[in-house]
Amino acid sequence: MMIISTSYHIFVKEFVSEFRTRYALNALLMFVVTTLSIILFSIGQESPSIDVLSGTLWIVIFFSAMSGLSRTFVAEEERGTSLTLRLLVNASSVYIGKLVYNFALILVLSVIIAVSYVLFITEFTVKTFEIFWLTILLGSAGLASASTILAAIIAKANTKGTLFPVLAFPILLPLLLTCINATKLATEGAFLVEAVKEFQILISFTVVMIATSFLVFDFVWKD
Amino acid sequence: MKTWLKIAVSVWLTGIIIAGIAFSMVKVPQTWYEFPFIPGLEEKARNIIFHVPISWATVVAFAMSMIYGIIYLRKKDIDYDLRSVSSASLGLLLCILATVTGAIWAKFNWGSFWNWDPRQTSIFILLLIYGAYFVLRSAIDEEERRATLSSVYSIIAGVTVPFFIFVMPRIMSGLHPGSLGDEQGKGPVLEFKMAPNMLMVFFASLIGFTVLYFWMYSLKVRQMRIERHVQQITETH
Repeated sequence: MMIISTSYHIFVKEFVSEFRTRYALNALLMFVVTTLSIILFSIGQESPSIDVLSGTLWIVIFFSAMSGLSRTFVAEEERGTSLTLRLLVNASSVYIGKLVYNFALILVLSVIIAVSYVLFITEFTVKTFEIFWLTILLGSAGLASASTILAAIIAKANTKGTLFPVLAFPILLPLLLTCINATKLATEGAFLVEAVKEFQILISFTVVMIATSFLVFDFVWKD
Repeated sequence: MKTWLKIAVSVWLTGIIIAGIAFSMVKVPQTWYEFPFIPGLEEKARNIIFHVPISWATVVAFAMSMIYGIIYLRKKDIDYDLRSVSSASLGLLLCILATVTGAIWAKFNWGSFWNWDPRQTSIFILLLIYGAYFVLRSAIDEEERRATLSSVYSIIAGVTVPFFIFVMPRIMSGLHPGSLGDEQGKGPVLEFKMAPNMLMVFFASLIGFTVLYFWMYSLKVRQMRIERHVQQITETH
C-alpha cells in the first residue's frame, strides 16, 4: 500500500526532526515537572478528595498536550517546509503520519504524567489499574485525534499560540469529562466491566474525530 | 422576505407573547385561556413557551451555519461563507438568550442559576465553540482562507454535538427532563405533558421563532453582502 509507506515516512521524518533538536520533548518534560510541582506545592499538607485529584490529572495532561501537539504543523509553516511536503506526498499520508506521531508523543507524555502523579501524590491511589491505563491510552488517542486537525487549522492563522487551547477545549470537553469519570472509577476500585460505557464513548469519539478530520484535512492542507 | 410575511410574524409573535405572559396557570382550567398546572413546574411552566423555542432556533441557526460551511467547501463561493457567518452570529445571540432564560428558570425551579446540569453544560460548550469560531475568524486576514478554516472548524465542532445531546445526559445525572435519574424521561426528547391549548401556543411559538430567525437571517446576510461590497469599493479607490 502506497499510503501506508508514505505515512510511515512522514512519521519517521517527524521523529527524526524532533530528535535533532529535542526541543518539544525537553520543553514538555519541563512543563510536566513544573505543573506537577505547582500542584504539590498547592496541596501542601491538605488531603484533597480523590475527585479533585482525578480532575487535576487530566488538566495537566490537557495542557501539556496543548503546548506540545500544535508544534507539528506550526513548525512546518515556520520553517517554510510545508510547500515541499505538499509537493512530495498526498494530504492523507501527511495527516496519518502526523496523527500517529502526535499519538506517540502524547502517549509517552501522559504515561510519564500518570506515573509521576501516582508516585508523588500519595492521596491519589489507583485501585483498578486496568481501567486507569486503558483510560490513559484511549484518552491520549482521543486527544491526538482532535488536536491534529486543529493544529493544522491554527498553523494557518496569525496568532498561533493562544488560539490552540481556545479552539481545542470545547471540542475535547466530552472526552475530558469521560476520562475524569473513568479515572474516578479506577480510584474507587470498580471492576473493568463497569467502565465499558466510558471506553465506548472514548473509542467512538476518537473514531468520529479521525474520520471527519480525514475528510476535511484536504481543504486545510491545500489552502 | 415578503412584506405580508413580516407583518404576519409580528402579529403572530405579539399574540404568543401576550398568551404566554397573560394566560393564567390554574389547577383546574375553566376556559380556553387558562393553562392547567404541569406537576413540578406550576406557574413557572410559562417559560416553556419562550425558552424551548429559542433553544430550538439556536440549533437551527448553528445547523444552517454548518451546512453553508459544507457548501462553501464544495463550491468555494464566498457568498456561502457570508451566509454561514450570518447564521452563526444569530445563533450566538439566540444561544445567549436561551442560556439566560434557562438560568432564570433554573433559579426558580432548581434553586440556583447554574447547576452544571448536562444540558446547561452543553449550551455552555456551544457558547464556547462559537466564541472560539469568531476568535478564529478574527485571527485570519485572508478572506478565502478565513472562510475555509472556519468552515472546517464548524464541521469538526459539529460532529461532537451528538456527544453532548445523546451521550453526556446519559452518563451524568441531571435535572432536565430526559436525564439520567429522571424516571419519566425516556430520552433526549422530552415527552409533552402539556394541555392541548398550551401545546398549541407552544407549537405556534416554535413556528414563530423559527420564522423570526429566518427574517433576521435574511437581513443579516444582506447587511454582510453590502458591507463586503463597500469594503471592496473602498479598497480599490
